[in-house]
Amino acid sequence: MAVAETTRRQRLSEFWSDFAQSRVAVVALAVILVLLFLAFACEWVAPQDPYDLRNLDWLDAFLPPGTVGSGGYVHVLGTDNVGRDMLSAVLYGLRTSFIIGLSAGALALTAGIAVGLTAAYFGGRLEAVLMRVVDLQLSMPAILMALVLVALLGSGVGQIVLALVVAQYAYFARTTHGAATVERRKDYIEAARSTPLPTYRVLFRHLLPNVMPPLIVVATVQVAAAIALEATLSFLGVGLPLTEPSLGSLISNGFRYIHTDRTWLSLYPGFALMITVVAINLVGDQVRTVLDPRQGL
Amino acid sequence: MIAFILQRLMQSVLVVFAMSVIVFVGVYAIGNPIDVLIDPGATQSIRDALIERYGLDQPLWRQYFTFVTNVAQGDLGRSMVYNVPVTSLIFSRLPATLELVFVAMFLATALGVPLGIWAGYKPDSFSSKAIMALSILGFSVPTFWIGMLLIMGFAVNLGWLPSGGRGLVAEFLGFRTSLTSAEGWSHVLLPAINLSLFKMGLMIRLTRAGMVEAMRADYVKFARAQGLSEREVVFGHVLRNISIPIVTVFGLELGSTLAFAVVTESVFNWPGVGKLIIDSILQLDRPVMVSYLVMVVILFVLINLVVDIVYARLDPRVRLKGEE
Repeated sequence: MAVAETTRRQRLSEFWSDFAQSRVAVVALAVILVLLFLAFACEWVAPQDPYDLRNLDWLDAFLPPGTVGSGGYVHVLGTDNVGRDMLSAVLYGLRTSFIIGLSAGALALTAGIAVGLTAAYFGGRLEAVLMRVVDLQLSMPAILMALVLVALLGSGVGQIVLALVVAQYAYFARTTHGAATVERRKDYIEAARSTPLPTYRVLFRHLLPNVMPPLIVVATVQVAAAIALEATLSFLGVGLPLTEPSLGSLISNGFRYIHTDRTWLSLYPGFALMITVVAINLVGDQVRTVLDPRQGL
Repeated sequence: MIAFILQRLMQSVLVVFAMSVIVFVGVYAIGNPIDVLIDPGATQSIRDALIERYGLDQPLWRQYFTFVTNVAQGDLGRSMVYNVPVTSLIFSRLPATLELVFVAMFLATALGVPLGIWAGYKPDSFSSKAIMALSILGFSVPTFWIGMLLIMGFAVNLGWLPSGGRGLVAEFLGFRTSLTSAEGWSHVLLPAINLSLFKMGLMIRLTRAGMVEAMRADYVKFARAQGLSEREVVFGHVLRNISIPIVTVFGLELGSTLAFAVVTESVFNWPGVGKLIIDSILQLDRPVMVSYLVMVVILFVLINLVVDIVYARLDPRVRLKGEE
């Protein structure tokens, strides 16, 4: 156990020193951590609870950034058309986006692993059918899948997460299947299968850890994609309503004022979204380079 | 080979059938379009008349049966909102979308491939790293947000280009297109750039990856040893070898660009099929939704089928595996 512990720690520190080769990726990681902290501490950091209608005052509507409103504090990012403090709205929106992105990513990962491992391990007709469905789904753009599903399921956080999972699990399933088919032919799996170990133990303790590295890369990219997709759906009007502001619905609301000089309504939530998504992708890119040096070339 | 094609064809038919059932049941199970379409103050007899006219009182399987029979005859139903046949509605919007998609794909290829060649030829130079950073941006930043930035920058602040709509449309070779006038182009440019950025990122990455791998290949060494100029090596030998995957992806991406147009068309108020489908989703216009989705499914299944057959033709291993 102690030996395993040290090698694990060693591997982690090796990974980190490889990762830190790219200064851009380190900065991106720091940005993500700060955004995560701000988003999940929004109840304490934000000057106002944008969900609470009692806080909103029509007199505060459309205050430009830096104005002091009726609450007696500075609206750093201005206020929107109903007098909502934009900084608070962005922070709460960021939290919604992170919650949706992370839970969709985690669930899609689980579902994808289940499908991919099942297909690779049992093979035969089951494998053919499962992977055919996965391939077909992969050939369809995720935005279209998600759009259709949300149109069918209705809007709300739960429905959006479900739609994203259905639209995204295929990426994980394909990656798991690919990696697992290669691993399955190796001797250690043969050895494990020849012992009386139950199938699930071979799958989860022997096979799964060895297919994890490519999945981690896919997971980072897919969390960013989920956040972007949710924002897109909300922007198109089929995602979350403005009473439950995500970054997408905030931008959508600001879009109505794009021809006026009240651009802060859309610019700030938009930049928050862009920075989040790009930072996650930059980290994912570097993780890919570290875990698979051939692709990084 | 024929067995392989037949087998894939059967699979495709099955998939189309399964998807049409799923889409139909899903779409017809949400909400009650009667409430949306009919004025709440309407009398019961008007309501009944409309319900009967749209066949909404029939059981689901019957509605589906009617739907399939009609589709087989090329009749996709009538839009509940516009009260015109869905087929003519979709086909009247299609030229606008196709025009946008082709300009976008042209931009993505015409800019993406040269940038990718350069980034793969000199992978360590600063300019190559800048190109790769650009491709990450194109890849990851949501399309609608870039579209808004383009509007804010070029339409609202600079006032160079219009912020939306299609502008002047003229008849050209039987198509109604806006590409024949400068005013039309000014309307196409921003949405086309918006739609092309994602594909451009893809083209850059694909070309660069092919380039990096090809530059290490033996034939490049021999070509150089032969005394060919770098120009001849890259354009005469390398480009020829990496163009097959680029062409394949170009074909595959045409379909997905059509789908991505949904977002761009909404941002730029472009009167294409994408805008139509969003509007029909928001207005619960079920015949339009169902028909569009079935058409998209058929399109993607067809693309998959063609790709499978082409690959099987090129690579006998695929074919043999299918015939097992």
